Amino acid sequence: MDLPISIKNLHEDLKSKKYSLSELTDTYLRRIDTYDKNLNSFLTVTSDLAYGQAKKYDQILKDLGDKAFEQYPLLGVPIAFKDIYLTKGIRTTAASNVLKDYIPVYSSTVVERLLSSGCIMIGKTNCDAWAHGASGENSDFGSTKNPWNQEYVPGGSSSGSAVSVSSGFSLVAMGTDTGGSIRQPASFCNLVGLKPTYGSVSRYGVISMASSLDSMGSFGHTPDDVKKLFDVTCNPDGKDSTVTNLGSSNLKHKVKRIGIPKEYFVEGLDSEVKSKVMEAAEVYKKLGYEIVEISLPHTKYAIAVYYIVQPAEVSSNLARFDGIRYANERSAFGNEAKRRIMLGTYVLSSGYYDAYYLKAMKVRSKLIEDFNNAWHKAKVDVILTPTSPTPPFKLGERSSDPMQMYLADVYTVAINLAGIPGLAMPCGFTETGLPVGFQLFGPRFDEGTLFELGTQYQQNTNFHLQKPKL
Amino acid sequence: MGRLSETDVIKVAKLANLSLSSKEVEKYKAQLSDIVDYFEQLNEVNIDNVEPTSQTTGLENVFRSDEVDPTRVLSNEQALSGTENTHNGYVVVPMLLKQKDE
Repeated sequence: MDLPISIKNLHEDLKSKKYSLSELTDTYLRRIDTYDKNLNSFLTVTSDLAYGQAKKYDQILKDLGDKAFEQYPLLGVPIAFKDIYLTKGIRTTAASNVLKDYIPVYSSTVVERLLSSGCIMIGKTNCDAWAHGASGENSDFGSTKNPWNQEYVPGGSSSGSAVSVSSGFSLVAMGTDTGGSIRQPASFCNLVGLKPTYGSVSRYGVISMASSLDSMGSFGHTPDDVKKLFDVTCNPDGKDSTVTNLGSSNLKHKVKRIGIPKEYFVEGLDSEVKSKVMEAAEVYKKLGYEIVEISLPHTKYAIAVYYIVQPAEVSSNLARFDGIRYANERSAFGNEAKRRIMLGTYVLSSGYYDAYYLKAMKVRSKLIEDFNNAWHKAKVDVILTPTSPTPPFKLGERSSDPMQMYLADVYTVAINLAGIPGLAMPCGFTETGLPVGFQLFGPRFDEGTLFELGTQYQQNTNFHLQKPKL
Repeated sequence: MGRLSETDVIKVAKLANLSLSSKEVEKYKAQLSDIVDYFEQLNEVNIDNVEPTSQTTGLENVFRSDEVDPTRVLSNEQALSGTENTHNGYVVVPMLLKQKDE
């Protein structure tokens, strides 16, 4: 069976009765059975649930015909959830031994909304424990491998969700992006990945990492797919008070100028990545967009700010895990979680708060000012940068040196600190066949511009259609 | 400022309620010192008269009515389902106070 490449494609196939949802679900589950032993992208496969939902929607399709798609906009979409989204009655671990046997008694808003829109849940995916990492290697349940070359990391922390979509184990997947945890693995696995505006999608029922940064987003092969998931998951649920009503994610204004920040093309950027990203900018130039160099002068401080603010919030969020009401004791925390708890506790502790945490919060304001100047003074509508300074790196290459691993986030963390949206796009391969990606940033709540520009790029390129040989 | 001593690491671990082996103390001392050294570059930025940012929504004081939403209340059974350490519908917690004669 030819797997669908997009939700639109899936719905056309269902309308022309090319296959039933039961057959499609069976195909995905068999692929997991065959290939995931090596890749290790799933922690829990929910086969019975998936077959049950597929059967239910096959019947609904039979009963309602094409009207079923109006009632269920995501009808039959096979989806995987990062194992950090609570799923009622289904084990949720955050890939940590602390939550090894934890069964939630409620589901996150995102899961509820996607399932009630017609999605079929395939399972829960592996990730860096507590979403701490950029390689997938911090999972307490073993590393996930990159399907493009299994000696390489798939990126992280949403490693399993990226690998699931890339390997044809699900059509789309949900991840979380606190400092690049969707965009970087999307880039490493040849996928589209959305980090929405902070305050557009409810965090309710998602295990908290850093509460002022956590963004709930998705992976797919096309910008239209991540848009469709975003449209269902955004807007208030009454349970996360940061969420505001944004109306629609359609294009709101004419886009003319694309900014290229010079600080993202400095020493440390791999030459192959640089040339692929510049080729992507060239595609937009040919489409009639004006490409202008801009400056985001505080970019080089983003990692330092992020690795103060984020561990501070992590140490506070993970303080609740005392092993009393649920979960295992604190001794079950892995290395990276302990390191971040320690670091966060240190920068918040008496005598160091002003020197580190308060200062980081002030430089965070400067980073936000940089972006505001880009929109309002340099008058760009969108910003284009590489997603990762390097192509995927080898398993084990950076895992012994935390500072090296943290630097992998250099191009992704700034927009989490600023709260703006970002869309990662695949844009080619290195000579050795590893995926490369670029990302687009927009002003707050301007996802519409990102979806439109992403779609136009794919209308003129076919990198997103390439699949790994498993 | 910057580098952490062994005493610092032990103190932070105590604040964070983590028990570390002496090997871990050694390891985190070196690693955290490296990371904290990296933070020193923030001293280059002029932050005079800059307001700190703790969140980016621009929202202030989001209120809801003070009413119980029954759809969000867990039953006693659900609330206790995460632990086997229960007694008469309550969670058993570790003892905080010591007996007088101990």
